[in-house]
Order: sequence, then structure tokens, then C-alpha cells
Amino acid sequence: MATIIVVTSGKGGVGKTTTSASFATGLAQRGYRTVVIDFDVGLRNLDLIMGCERRVVYDFVNVINNEANLNQALIRDKRVENLYILPASQTRDKEALTKEGVERVLNELKVGFDYIVCDSPAGIERGALMALYFADQALVVTNPEVSSVRDSDRILGILASKSLRAEQGDEPVKEHLVLARYAPERADRGDMLSVNDVLEILGIPLLGVIPESQTVLQSSNAGVPVILEDTSEAGAAYGDLVDRFLGKDLPHRFTSAQKKGFLQRLFGGS
Amino acid sequence: MLLRSLHFTGEEAPPFELKGSLFTLTVLHLFQLDRAAIERHLAEKIKQAPSFFNNTPVVIDLEGMTDSPEGLDFNGLYELLRAHGMVPVGIRNGTPMQQAAARLAGLPALPESRSANNGKKPERAEAALMRSRIVSHPIRSGQQIYAPEGDLIVLGAVSAGAEVIADGNIHVYGALRGRALAGVRGATETRIFCQSLEAELVSIAGRYRISEQIDPADRGKATQIHLMEDRLIIEHLSR
Ligand SMILES: Nc1ncnc2c1ncn2[C@@H]1O[C@H](COP(=O)(O)OP(=O)(O)OP(=O)(O)O)[C@@H](O)[C@H]1O
Ligand SMILES: [Mg+2]
Repeated sequence: MATIIVVTSGKGGVGKTTTSASFATGLAQRGYRTVVIDFDVGLRNLDLIMGCERRVVYDFVNVINNEANLNQALIRDKRVENLYILPASQTRDKEALTKEGVERVLNELKVGFDYIVCDSPAGIERGALMALYFADQALVVTNPEVSSVRDSDRILGILASKSLRAEQGDEPVKEHLVLARYAPERADRGDMLSVNDVLEILGIPLLGVIPESQTVLQSSNAGVPVILEDTSEAGAAYGDLVDRFLGKDLPHRFTSAQKKGFLQRLFGGS
Repeated sequence: MLLRSLHFTGEEAPPFELKGSLFTLTVLHLFQLDRAAIERHLAEKIKQAPSFFNNTPVVIDLEGMTDSPEGLDFNGLYELLRAHGMVPVGIRNGTPMQQAAARLAGLPALPESRSANNGKKPERAEAALMRSRIVSHPIRSGQQIYAPEGDLIVLGAVSAGAEVIADGNIHVYGALRGRALAGVRGATETRIFCQSLEAELVSIAGRYRISEQIDPADRGKATQIHLMEDRLIIEHLSR
């Protein structure tokens, strides 16, 4: 039976889709059968970041409405074995996500997969609520700034009160913090919150710190999840994050401003 | 044929189910029916704890009525309370005539409950403080927790954007970053205790201070907050 993991944040543009794509890819790379679902109905950009936008025929809403079955809608990743994408629809609105429909699709997926990763839309409206409702675990993505942290706090409250687990009084949704777009130099200067500031406010375990990196933008544009760029800092940070999720005890990297080496100073690099 | 159709209707999932349940409800002890006085007093209460009056269900208790006119205007009373954010759900005590009038206004008479001051006349708000509510999870932005008739004890932090409210004292064994309102029904001897004072607002029996008015020297400190001669006092807790 699969574990359902929601990638959520409250605030928009903090790196949920980037994280969903890399996290799902990393799990599949390590041999787990993984599907990543785009809950951002109406916007659709997980398929762009995964580089499969030209292979979309049917989408999540088609499956919910019984207009297609899962086999027709699931897109098999070309680079990584065991990885599937269930894309969102660009033409529907979020009301198409009914609780019964989402539950049915998730139940069907649970049978054949180890992990189901749900890429949540921003906000706390229907799409976001549906993405988190059935979750067993949550990656809460936050940027090191006050408004983002505040919204994550809000989402944590919703996970603790409005998820199926909360409603049924089961063991609560397991929470993980992903601090994305972290720039240690700026945190040191006090321009943004530090890792410790964020941990103190949110009080949940830190799964990974993803540094601010140009590579993310470049790889997104190229349709390659950044975790596959394993020589980049962001890619390596996502790799660590996945290993930690699977139980490895790794120290956090990229959290303090490093003195750049001579070559790095010469050529830049992120 | 008849049997068959009966059988089929019996197989449908029933549209509802009735179950008994216990609730803690706020009781409004009415002493007199002076509309203007009620309105003034309500306005005062709302100023002290605005969020308390957010569709709060209340039971109207008539036992303490000084003069007991038989024909109370329950429709008028209902409208008045609704307009101030309360939702009357029933009445308690009162004469049979009053109960009949209430029923006509859609307010059933509730049976006697095992309340703190059962049998006795309600005295002052302070006398009713006895239950405490313990919350062992952190209270996040957007959440609101109220402990009626007692203390509120929070084992984790209260986030910015969250609100904790109690008729009694408030204890926060984490950082208090949101709003804390103790003694919201007027108990002036109530206190707020917290491990780290970073609050957006603290209030005791309606006297309040907002973040700006908290001395920076007190911020981040383990403190207790209480009233002394109607002034809010913030004191550091020594270890
Ligand atoms: N670590 C990073 N370094 C630099 N840029 C990043 C990083 N993570 C994400 N970005 C950029 O931030 C933007 C938003 O990222 P992304 O789409 O993953 O966020 P999102 O939370 O899914 O947004 P939305 O709320 O709109 O769904 C993108 O342009 C992405 O390239
Ligand atoms: Mg997104």
C-alpha cells in the first residue's frame, strides 16, 4: 500500500512544484514505484518541469470524471524507471476535484505504487484542501521570509485539523519542513530568516534546506527535475532530502555561507 | 410486491442518524430585560473579546430574573443577541409561561444540567471558574482556542495569527506569539503565563496591550501578566 505525501505551503511560488518533481524523481531513482499528481487544476506546470508536457493526452480530472482510466492518463517518465506523472487539466476549474473522485483515484493508485506525491496548488482553497486531505505525510515548503513562514504555519494548522487523519482521530499527518530558496549569506546579513529562526517558529523537523540556485530555473526551463543535475548544489540538496526521508541520517549542507574556493570565485557558480 | 419494495427502501443508506452528545455551551444569565442596558453591556463585552462573539451558541438562563414578566419578548431578545454575534439555542429555567413563549420563538426549554452552580444562583463570573482545558499541540496561525469557565493550558507555542481565550487563566509552555485573552468574562484576578512573551496582544478582563505597547525588555522573556489596580503588569518569572 502506497504512502501519500502532499507537498504544500500556503503561499504561492515558494518551490512546491520544483520540490514535488525532484522528490518524486529521487524516490523513483532509489527504486520505489512513485507517481506524482498535479493538483493545480487550471494552471498545470508539473508536466513542464517534468518535461512531459507534449505527451499529455488525458489528465487527473478526466480520470475523476470517468472520461479516461488511469492507464490512459498516467505518463511514464522517459528518464527514470518507476516514475509516473498524473498531469492536471488546464481547462477545468478546481471544483472538478471532488472528495469522492480524488479518493477513488488515490485508492486505485495505492495498489500499484509505493509513494504517491501530491503537488498542491497555493492557497487554502479547494485544490489545496483536496491535495492534503488524504495525506499520510506532508512536505511543507517554506521560503526564509516572514509571510511564507506564516502561511506554512497556517497550513500546519489545517493539516492538524482538516485532514482525514485529523477528522478520524488517527495518528496525525507526519510533518517535514523543506526550507527552499535559502541564501546563507543573506541570512547571515539578517536580510532573511535563518534556518534556526524558521525552525523555532514552525517547530517541525527539518527534512532539507534547498539553496537558492540558478540551476533550478535553467533545469525547469529544460524540463529536467533539478535532482537529476546532481553536480549542482540544489540537485545535491534534493538528493540528501530524499535520502533523509528514507531514513538516512545526513548532516544538512548549504546552510552556512561558505568561503568560495579560488575556482568558484573565478567562474561564479551557484 | 409490497414486501419487496419495503425491502428495497430498507436497503438504502439512511440519510441521517440521531445520536446524543454532550456540549459545553455558554450560558447567558439574564437578570433583567432592559434592552438598552443589555446592549450597552454587550458592546463592552465585545470590546474585550471580539472573537468570542463569532456565532457563539448560547443558552439563556432565566433563573436570575429579578422581575419576571410572564410575556418576555423572546423574538426581540433573539434578534438582539444575533445582532451581537451570538446564536441563542434555547432557554433554561423560567416559568411555564415564559417557557411557552420561548418555544413560540423557536427556543426550546433545556432540561436542568449538572452545572457548576446548579441550584445556586449564579454569583459572580469568578465563582464559576473550575474546568481547565489542556491543549497538547501547537496552536497555529488562523486557529482559535477557547476555554470556557476555566483555565487554558497550552503545552506548545501559540503562533502569530492564532488566538487563545479563556474565562480563567492562560498558561503557555512555549512561545506566545499570537493573541491571548484571559478572564474574558470579567474575572480580573486571572493571569497569563508564558515561556517567551512575543505576543501580538495580551488582555486580562478587557484591559489589553498590543505588541507595540510591550516593553522590548520584556520581549522573549518568561513572564506573567496580571492586573494591578486596573493596569496590566508584566513581570518576569524567575527560575
Ligand atoms: N531553490 C531555488 N532556487 C532558485 N529558484 C527557485 C528555487 N526553487 C524554486 N525556484 C523558482 O521559483 C519559482 C516558483 O517555483 P515553483 O513553481 O516550484 O513554486 P510553486 O510553489 O509550485 O508555485 P505555485 O504556488 O505557483 O504552484 C520558479 O520560477 C522556480 O524556478
Ligand atoms: Mg506549483
